This record gives sequence, C-alpha cells and structure tokens, in this order.
Amino acid sequence: MQQFPCPFCGPRPEDEFRYAGDAGRPRPGRDASDAEWAAYLYFGRNARGAARELWIHSYGCGRWIELSRDTVSHVVDGAKPMNP
Amino acid sequence: MQRYSTWRLIREALRAHSGWVPAWEDRDPEPRYEIVLVGGGGHGLATAYYLARNHGIRRVAVLERGWIGGGNTGRNTTIIRSNYFHPRSAALYDFSVRLYEGLARELNYNIMFSQRGMIEIAHSEADLETMSRAANSMRLSGVDITLIGREQALAMAPLLDPSPGCRWPVRGALMQRRAGTARHDAVAWGYARAAAALGVHIIQGCEVLGFDSVNGRAAAVETSRGRIEADRIGIAVAGNSSSLARATGFELPLHSYTLQAMVSEPVKPCLDCIVSSNTNGSYVSQSDKGELVMGGNLDRCPSYAQRGGFRVTQSVVAPLVEMFPAFGSLRLMRQWGGTVDASPDNSPIIGPAPVPGIYLNCGWGTGGFKAIPAGGTVFAHLLATGTHHPLSAPFDLGRFARGELIDEAHAGVAH
Repeated sequence: MQQFPCPFCGPRPEDEFRYAGDAGRPRPGRDASDAEWAAYLYFGRNARGAARELWIHSYGCGRWIELSRDTVSHVVDGAKPMNP
Repeated sequence: MQRYSTWRLIREALRAHSGWVPAWEDRDPEPRYEIVLVGGGGHGLATAYYLARNHGIRRVAVLERGWIGGGNTGRNTTIIRSNYFHPRSAALYDFSVRLYEGLARELNYNIMFSQRGMIEIAHSEADLETMSRAANSMRLSGVDITLIGREQALAMAPLLDPSPGCRWPVRGALMQRRAGTARHDAVAWGYARAAAALGVHIIQGCEVLGFDSVNGRAAAVETSRGRIEADRIGIAVAGNSSSLARATGFELPLHSYTLQAMVSEPVKPCLDCIVSSNTNGSYVSQSDKGELVMGGNLDRCPSYAQRGGFRVTQSVVAPLVEMFPAFGSLRLMRQWGGTVDASPDNSPIIGPAPVPGIYLNCGWGTGGFKAIPAGGTVFAHLLATGTHHPLSAPFDLGRFARGELIDEAHAGVAH
C-alpha cells in the first residue's frame, strides 16, 4: 500500500486519508456572478500530471492537508498543512 | 460492404475462408473534412455513422489516438439499462436501449445484445422504500421497472445466499426486464464498419494535439499526422476531455477517475441476469465465455493511470462473495481500469463548447457504453444542424451556471 506523508503524523498508509477536492480554489465574494459561482463549484482543474489536492487524514489526526500528487504516476512528492 | 449472413458463412466455410475482406479500411488523413470527430470510441464511431445515415454528411473523419474501441468502450462491463431517476435521463437512456434492440440488424453485425434482465437487490426495508420511490419515477417516464419480492429475486439468481442471518439479506429487488449485456468490441466494430461503408474515414494512430482558430472559430485540428481542416469539430474523448479542452482554452466541470472491472475464471452458466447492489456498491453478470464480470464504484481520487487500486478491487469482490457464497471458490483472473469523466451531477454534457466550431459529447462518467447509440444520434444531430436534439437539450454545458443540474444520484453503482 502507498504511504502518504502526513505533515502532522509522518508517513501513513493511504487508506487513512480521504480525497477532498482541488487545492487553491478561493471562494468567490458575495457579489460574484452565477458564472463565477459555477466556476468555483463545478469547473475543477482536473490536471493530468502534477496536481495540488486537499486530503483529510480521517483515520489519523483528522486534519486537512495539501498533497502534491501526480495523477498519472500517483507519486506523492510533498505535503503541507492546508492553511499553514 | 460485404454483408454478413448464414449463407455467406456457409459459402466461406466451403472455400477455406478465402473470401473475407477487412470490415473497414484504415485510412490516412485527408487535408479537409466537413466534420472531424476526435475520439474513436463508441460515441465517436456512432456519431460518424448517424451523421452519414441520418443527415447524409459523409465527409467525416474519426481520429483515434490508439486503436478504435481501445479505451473505455473496450474496458467496460457491457451493461445496458435505462433505470434512471429523472425523466430527462430516463428518456435519453431508454432511447438508447431501444436503439440497441435493433442495432445488430441495422448494422448487419452481431453485437450479441442479450436482454437478460437486471435486478438491484434491496437488503432492508429502507432499501425497499427508496426503490419504490425510484420505481415510481421510472415508471412515470415509461421505463419497464418492476419492484419484485424476495422469492422472485431468489428465483432469478438462485445462488444468492438465502439464509436468514446472512450478511446481505435479500428483501426484494428492482428489476428491469429489458436490461442486458452486449459484446462491447462488436459495438465499436459494427459502427466502424457501417460508417466506413457510408464513406466515413476511420483514422487510427492519430493523436490530436490542439485546435487552430480563424477569427475566433475553430477551423482545423493539429494532429500527430498533420493539420486537418474541418467546418465543425466534435470531441468525444471521455476521460481526456479536460486535457483537450484546456489545450483549446476552456475548462470543463469534469474529474477523471479510474473505474475498474474484473473477471473470474470461466465457469459453466450459473447466473443468467445482472445482479447489483447499490448498498454495498458491487454488481456481477456472467459473460458468454463463462467469466463472472464484476465492477463497482470509482477509485477514490482523480487519476489518469488507467489502472485500479487493490482497495476498490477488494471492495467489489468481498461483498459479491458474501452475496454469492459459491463464488468464493473461484479465482480472479484479470482486473483492469479505464479513465472515466465524472460530472458533478452524474449526467453527460452534450452541446456546443465555449469555442465556436467545437462541440462536446462527454461527462458520461461510468455509464457511457449503454448510451452509445443515443449519444451518437443526438451528437450527430447537433453537429449536422447546429441545434440540439430534443433529448440532449437539457444536458447542455450551460446547466451548471443556471443551477439546472440533473442529479442522478440514483445512477447508483458505476456501470
């Protein structure tokens, strides 16, 4: 099983983590248009290759983290707390 | 086109099969077509066929990066059904089932469509209540759905564990009698052969790298085998849709996930319908070769790897072995994955792209195979006329900004 590096707990089995969406997507302001809301809610990056993703260490410390993961090779080459 | 028939088979048997000709010609690209279709899977090939047959447009090319039917069309578990909750989905998928019913005759190609029926098992009173709500909605849409009891479900699949204390008790089932399976490669090959006979060019080993615009309108495709001009371009590339869209300068509301499938070693006939469980996320049918064909939910995070993780394999096989204890003695023979394009509402996206001249057929996610004839028909209508077929209008890309999603949560386990 693949090991994910939790910034709080160290290397842990991938089973302990849950995928939670794309990282780095700021919530639009109150006056945002329908199109801007749709872009935020639905139009994700869906990167082929290097991606920044949010994961939750559900069966560990329970904290949100940001993983740098390759969506083709599945290699994880970095992890940091979601809001450092 | 050389027509296939019993007479032809006998004739060829008597002369050492010397008279068969290739089913379609593998073409080199020409510099210009009226319509270029990117993606030689089921949807691309069916679109090409219906463009020629329904609309008389024969200057059409299908560009395929690998070989036709080598992506999700050749990797799925071949389930064909139309038990969808919302009327707009039910109309589209039931239209597809009806086209499948006449497809072998129409294409003169045996797609081996076997309407063996499908039962989705209810394991609890709560399951039964959810299913009766779904059944009522589907029946109002004209889909042949019946809620059946425990005895009838066990009669349809006698190897289900009937014991009272079992892990997955059978309380009843949602049955679609007209659901079934087909030979997936034959669907791709049959459409390719029929389209080629009408003049469509099928070009394999031709990767699309990007699009060229003239005055803001897409006018040509840049490929690994040169530039090809086109009046209109249709994209039907499933899990690769986002990459092509980004190369053109727009985003799509899709995430690419691995969907895996697996087969056991072949055994004698023991299961003559499709059995699924939304509760435990698995389903199984038996192929004509005798293998048990199994599948379940998406892998757990976005991926373009075309291979599934062991965690989901186990989550599919374990409940099936609990439901069918006899299957526990079989060995798993093969397991594989395809890259599917999951949309936020589990419904497809069909319509013009934000770049004029480009049209989209994507977002089928886990259920594209069952929709091939309908997807081809409505996409051909869109490309030929520039306007939506009535069945595809609700599935336009604009529905996300309008908040008019067609949320098919009941689409259930992925097949």
